[in-house]
Amino acid sequence: MTANATLGAPNQKQASGATRWLRRYALQIGITLVAFAIWIFFVIGSPQTFFSRNIYAAFMSTTPFFGIVALPLTMVVITGEMDLSFPSIMSFGMLVFSTVLFATANPWLAMVACLAAGLAAGFLNGWLITKFLVPSLVITIGTQFFWRGVVQVLTNGTGKSLLMTRDTLFYNIFVGRINGWFPMQMIWMILVALLTWVFLNRHRFGAHVYLVGDNKESARLMGVSVSRTKIMVFAITGMAAALAGMIASLELSYYWPTLGEGYLLNTLSSVFLGGTSVFGGAGTVYGTFVASFIIGAINAGIVAVGLSGFWTQLIYGLIIVISVIVQTVVSKKIS
Amino acid sequence: MTTPALELVNVSKSFGEVKSLHNINFKVEPGEVVGLLGDNGAGKSTLVKVITGYHAPDPGGEIYFGGQKVDHLSMQKARDLGVECVYQEKALADLQSLWRNIFMGRELTTSMGFMDVKKMQAETERLMQEHMGFTSKAVSAETPVKTMSGGERQGIAITRALYFQANIIILDEPTMALSLTETKKVLDFIGGIAKAGKSAIFIDHNIFHVYPVVDRIVVLDRGMIAGEFMKNEVTLEELIERLYTVARTGTYDKSDGAVLKNLEVPA
Repeated sequence: MTANATLGAPNQKQASGATRWLRRYALQIGITLVAFAIWIFFVIGSPQTFFSRNIYAAFMSTTPFFGIVALPLTMVVITGEMDLSFPSIMSFGMLVFSTVLFATANPWLAMVACLAAGLAAGFLNGWLITKFLVPSLVITIGTQFFWRGVVQVLTNGTGKSLLMTRDTLFYNIFVGRINGWFPMQMIWMILVALLTWVFLNRHRFGAHVYLVGDNKESARLMGVSVSRTKIMVFAITGMAAALAGMIASLELSYYWPTLGEGYLLNTLSSVFLGGTSVFGGAGTVYGTFVASFIIGAINAGIVAVGLSGFWTQLIYGLIIVISVIVQTVVSKKIS
Repeated sequence: MTTPALELVNVSKSFGEVKSLHNINFKVEPGEVVGLLGDNGAGKSTLVKVITGYHAPDPGGEIYFGGQKVDHLSMQKARDLGVECVYQEKALADLQSLWRNIFMGRELTTSMGFMDVKKMQAETERLMQEHMGFTSKAVSAETPVKTMSGGERQGIAITRALYFQANIIILDEPTMALSLTETKKVLDFIGGIAKAGKSAIFIDHNIFHVYPVVDRIVVLDRGMIAGEFMKNEVTLEELIERLYTVARTGTYDKSDGAVLKNLEVPA
């Protein structure tokens, strides 16, 4: 199965056009069907909840907290690498944000500093991985502890209220509600998705991301800079983590030093459930986007249909295991 | 007398105590396909790595491209000079589409690095019909290359090299592990290189694959050129006979026709 998502319409003149289209988008069609099936299940289980817009407003307000990271993280996984440090980078970015905010009372400046901190932390990951050739899985376990440690040492474990930002223009741009219900963070997640899609599918950089993950030897022989590509995907993911941390904290008007804890597995499951290959070289923005909402909806949905919250993890487990097995089998069949 | 596309003069390469190449004098004329034969460890890959700028030769060795001496050859410089390698395992990114493989690392862009996808797809479709012999409607520029046969994959890599105006295409065991019909396809592609007026170095240890498509055969043994034969001066049977001699003795017995070099056995 090719990962080169969505490149123009298939050629309808040819008889095999439809089959070819089905093959090319099999994983995307699959994840859409899974999302649809889950939605039907919820609608049948609790029609009054799932026919009102409140539940969707809730999904759209919380899913971006990890979805915004899952999208660029997809690129990291496509290059064949892994990043486990983004939850700590979310918190580290916010540490910088709150420090600058309290020093200058300027949230815009704080935001710039926050994004720069995330970018730098991500860049460091990429640099360590490409310079010393240590597996990213291992390095980012280390930096994950390191940045969390930095935050704990500098905050003594105490949070900071961000009430001063509430209902400001800044607040409304990032976590306000359009027409009183549509969360702005959803707009930001869509923007991040569009940007990621454009870069992955329409820019030379994205082409190199796929090539590096697919066959880094051939990419290198053809003059693609493997190191630069990897450093960039880690840096972008770090910056996205800082943005997601900022949005999550603004929504609560509070910065907890533990920010990001609990997002690790949600985010990774979104990437893998979305059809991105752990071996690299394949993955789509669309898949991760839809999968984020599947992951984001299950918790609330389960409670809404009348099961206890204890079912959440069991159902996560089933959906992830079954979907990933089906994806693998389908991918093999297609080739 | 034409200027050789590539010429190595007195090139040696040592790794610490081990001397992998001894005073190699080697050239490739424009439009010539040279077969480089030799056993494992004969120095074929070291020689290729010198030509592609991966290894620097020992001091004293000289490398000329189109008659111009090139010092400090780097991989980038070699690429810029039109040297392109086709490795069986390293040539293509399997999961990616045909057009992404053709334009790998050399994507056509409009501005600010954004790709001209339509143009790359159209060029790929054209190359597929004109050079790669893909006529099936089931294959398009979007088809991932892992669905293609070994011969077709080599063809893609060779077509890619020609499309980007490579002057010297190095084929490292391009027929390894291929079936007879697939090997035939690859050999046809190699024939196409000479037709396009470009040079090729065809590395293999299978004389039966090399012989039909090359103009000249260079035999490498233990880091030295043990023999050099113009194809029209030697039959396949004679060549095989001589290769046996080389394998046994490290030199080739001084009878007729062939050019002899470096007869001393390394210590």
